[in-house]
Amino acid sequence: MDKVQNNKAWFLVLPVLVVVAFSAVLPLMTVVNYATNDTFGNNQFFWAGLEWFEEMVTSSRLHDALGRQILFSGIILAIEVPLGIYIALNMPKKGAWASLCLVLMALPLLIPFNVVGTIWQIFGRVDIGLLGRTLAALGVDYNYTNDPVDAWATVVVMDVWHWTSLVALLCYAGLQSIPQAYYQAARIDQASRWAVFRYIELPKMKGVLLIAVLLRFMDSFMIYTEPFVVTGGGPGNATTFLSIDLVKMAVGQFDLGPAAAFSLMYFLVILLVSWVFYTVMTSLDRQEGR
Amino acid sequence: MALELDEVGRAVKGQVHIQPTTLTLDKGTMNVLLGPTLSGKTSLMRLMAGLDAPTTGRIRWHGQDVTGQRVQDRKVAMVYQQFINYPAMSVYDNIASPMRLMGKPRAEIDRAVRETAEMLKLTPMLARKPLELSGGQQQRCALARALVKGAGLVLLDEPLANLDYKLREELRAEIPKIFEASGAIFVYATTEPEEALLLGGRTATLWQGRVTQFGPTTEVYRRPADATTARVFSDPPMNFLPCDKAGGRITFADGAVLPAAGPLADLADGPYTAGFRANHLHLHAASPSAMGFDCTLGVTEITGSETFLHITHGPDRWVALVHGIHDLTDGAQVRLWLDPAHIYLFTPKGQLAAPAAYAMAA
Amino acid sequence: MARITLSNLAHSYLPNPASPADFALKQMDHVWQDGGAYALLGSSGCGKTTLLNIISGLVRPSQGRVLFGDRDVTDAETAARNIAQVFQFPVVYDTMTVRQNLAFPLRNRGKDAAYIKARVDQIAAMIGMEAILDRRAQGLTADAKQKISLGRGMVREDVNAILFDEPLTVIDPHMKWELRTQLKSLHREFGHTMIYVTHDQTEALTFADKVVVMSEGTVVQLGTPEELFETPAHTFVGYFIGSPGMNLLDASIAGTCARLAGAELALARDYGTPQGRTQIGIRPEYVTLTEGTGLPFALTRVEDVGRHRIVRGTVEGQPVNVVVPEGQALGAHLTHVSFAAERINVYADDWRIEGGAA
Repeated sequence: MDKVQNNKAWFLVLPVLVVVAFSAVLPLMTVVNYATNDTFGNNQFFWAGLEWFEEMVTSSRLHDALGRQILFSGIILAIEVPLGIYIALNMPKKGAWASLCLVLMALPLLIPFNVVGTIWQIFGRVDIGLLGRTLAALGVDYNYTNDPVDAWATVVVMDVWHWTSLVALLCYAGLQSIPQAYYQAARIDQASRWAVFRYIELPKMKGVLLIAVLLRFMDSFMIYTEPFVVTGGGPGNATTFLSIDLVKMAVGQFDLGPAAAFSLMYFLVILLVSWVFYTVMTSLDRQEGR
Repeated sequence: MALELDEVGRAVKGQVHIQPTTLTLDKGTMNVLLGPTLSGKTSLMRLMAGLDAPTTGRIRWHGQDVTGQRVQDRKVAMVYQQFINYPAMSVYDNIASPMRLMGKPRAEIDRAVRETAEMLKLTPMLARKPLELSGGQQQRCALARALVKGAGLVLLDEPLANLDYKLREELRAEIPKIFEASGAIFVYATTEPEEALLLGGRTATLWQGRVTQFGPTTEVYRRPADATTARVFSDPPMNFLPCDKAGGRITFADGAVLPAAGPLADLADGPYTAGFRANHLHLHAASPSAMGFDCTLGVTEITGSETFLHITHGPDRWVALVHGIHDLTDGAQVRLWLDPAHIYLFTPKGQLAAPAAYAMAA
Repeated sequence: MARITLSNLAHSYLPNPASPADFALKQMDHVWQDGGAYALLGSSGCGKTTLLNIISGLVRPSQGRVLFGDRDVTDAETAARNIAQVFQFPVVYDTMTVRQNLAFPLRNRGKDAAYIKARVDQIAAMIGMEAILDRRAQGLTADAKQKISLGRGMVREDVNAILFDEPLTVIDPHMKWELRTQLKSLHREFGHTMIYVTHDQTEALTFADKVVVMSEGTVVQLGTPEELFETPAHTFVGYFIGSPGMNLLDASIAGTCARLAGAELALARDYGTPQGRTQIGIRPEYVTLTEGTGLPFALTRVEDVGRHRIVRGTVEGQPVNVVVPEGQALGAHLTHVSFAAERINVYADDWRIEGGAA
């Protein structure tokens, strides 16, 4: 709904625009600059065109990282979304328990990323960590520093621990908005638990659920800190996701050109996926409004 | 001193919400916007308030063009269907809040709050929180907040829709008194014809974004300019019956014939639609000139002192509201009587061709 | 279908109710006859929704029994009671089509497909929705959705009762007419027990054969619309039914004579000498303006409601409303009001007393 127009408000946004220009647009231009030039230091640049992009697109290193990344995001979504819904469905609806649950659920979200990494790094250690020692005592051959599967399991479990609450809380909010009459009507219609979920809860949660999936996808696709702290991308390259690879390339090897091209493509992929999500969401909204 | 809408219209993405409308709301009048849901009542109010900008036309306030002026800069107050108060503030603070925002001195605020509270019978509840009040009192608190700042234009969007029937009746009787005391221009949106009649003042009937008629409420009720207005302003719905005028006689679809006397005599020959209200159909002939219609009875509803008869007459479905309790069986044949003085004639396009004779006399 | 009996029923939302004020529903015994159309009428907070929820099994009463026929269902689940309920806001399953919505209760009960199809087609015809059976329920108007809720209730043949919780709240006035008459004709045709909760007297009176008027958790009167109008058992009923409600005037009663501040009024029956606060009640419809007979009337305001006018004023300082039919002239010469003697009811401490022959 368009309101009465008053253009003076633009002046209020001006400081933000200036800040954004310096913090986002200019650095981005620098990246574009690196991506299309070759440099040997001393601020000497040679035009490279799309060379770096070609190199990156055909690089098997990038393909591997991308594959790992997609696998990781896929696993994360496949676990966190159903689990989050399940938790939300089973949370108490009101009273003191509801508040307590909400606080407990929110706790992991409040812990800084590198602290989460450190917690799990220690937790999983075979020598001093509670998890590692316990598993070892139970006779499980678990060592995330040597075994790629164990490393993956650790990173995935850590992410599930850290972020499932977000999905659960969003779903919980969606569930709370369902009027009681719907449940009463379902009881009268003798609907099964599954039918109540399928025909009442899921349709009403659809909106928040899409937001949850989008947030979790983007976050997991850009994940860096936690696996870096726990595994450092290892063993070998087993848990080297896109961000970790990018940092290795840019900071570790100082391959600024390829890294810049890489990050631009990375950025575009995320933009593309977000746009797809946005389109799907708004078209669903439009269907609803019909 | 008035609010003038001059060809004010609004379209959003090619969809017309409000057709160009010209209305003058005079100072100190009660104006009712009557129409079904989605007929444009709220949209028109938002234009009046300045919450939305019109896509065509100008809005003038006391002769001054205020089109496009922000709602904050106009002297407008609005009350909604939902009871909107600040839940954490006492009733006193709620009523005082608009004046505090205007930075009025404390003594003036106190005086105004107490005066308004007295007018709305809220004085004993000033210290309470809105949620500790009944629905009617909550809505009175919202009304008090709208009135306290002395806004020249008070917009009420179905303010009683969420209240119990009986409370609605009481507040409805109070609102005209409150309005008279305030001297502001009141605009009151409702879906119910009866509410419009009880409020009195002037009524604009709306249908699909168009104001079909605007005038003194009882005049719009008794002399609707077209069939749409008559339909909007009839509850139970108006009954219709096709007829033909030829050579000084009006022949109805079922063969009944009426000599075209009085205002009907001057009508051109041709097809018309007769319209008449439910309460003008009777189970007995009330006057010697009454016409009888043979109808089939559907459902009867008893209200305690009156009976609604849902009937079919040929292809038409009618409703009759008759005095007394009549427990008639479904499907029975009944003869209903209608005094020709209660018949409106509409042209095939729906324009009023001849008003009912009784309405001319009233 | 079954008769519904409420025996010694009471309910409080508090775990340990101490005083009568703690009860949302005060002790009552009531029988809903099989196939009756009932309305539960009262203002918000009078306990009518609590009562409805006890019948449907959504609330378990803190005292007393609920019987469907001879079966005690006090502890039975909602689903086991075979009732249908239509709520204030339309409840439809958005993602389903109209057909799927109507079939849902039958599918849940494992009926076979052929039966479901036949039954759904039948119900759709009853509620006039054949044309849009395969549309999604989501985009439909409020009245269409409310019809679907009703249809979902009626689709089960074994339904004991259909309960309505203010079902026309979100419906436009002109659609209310259609839905109400449809309900009424469905009731006539199929004879389900229907209980309709509302605060709107027009809806209650027009829908029901018997109206239960509730106030503060108590049933104050059960009667036909005519009884509620002509002989309200309690002043609350007099006030609540009719718009405007009954005129109630403080008067001292002695036999066939009512004495107001400065005037006397003859009554049609002999009331003896009732104790407590005594009042006479007269409907505005039975008051006529006169040129001199009756009691002096001070006019304050006239409201033209179209088919009649409401004349408000006072008699001996007490407010009195008069309903004047359309077409009848008003004027300054009408200075008095007369009450139709046989329409006067007499109340002692708010309860109606039945006089003896005069």
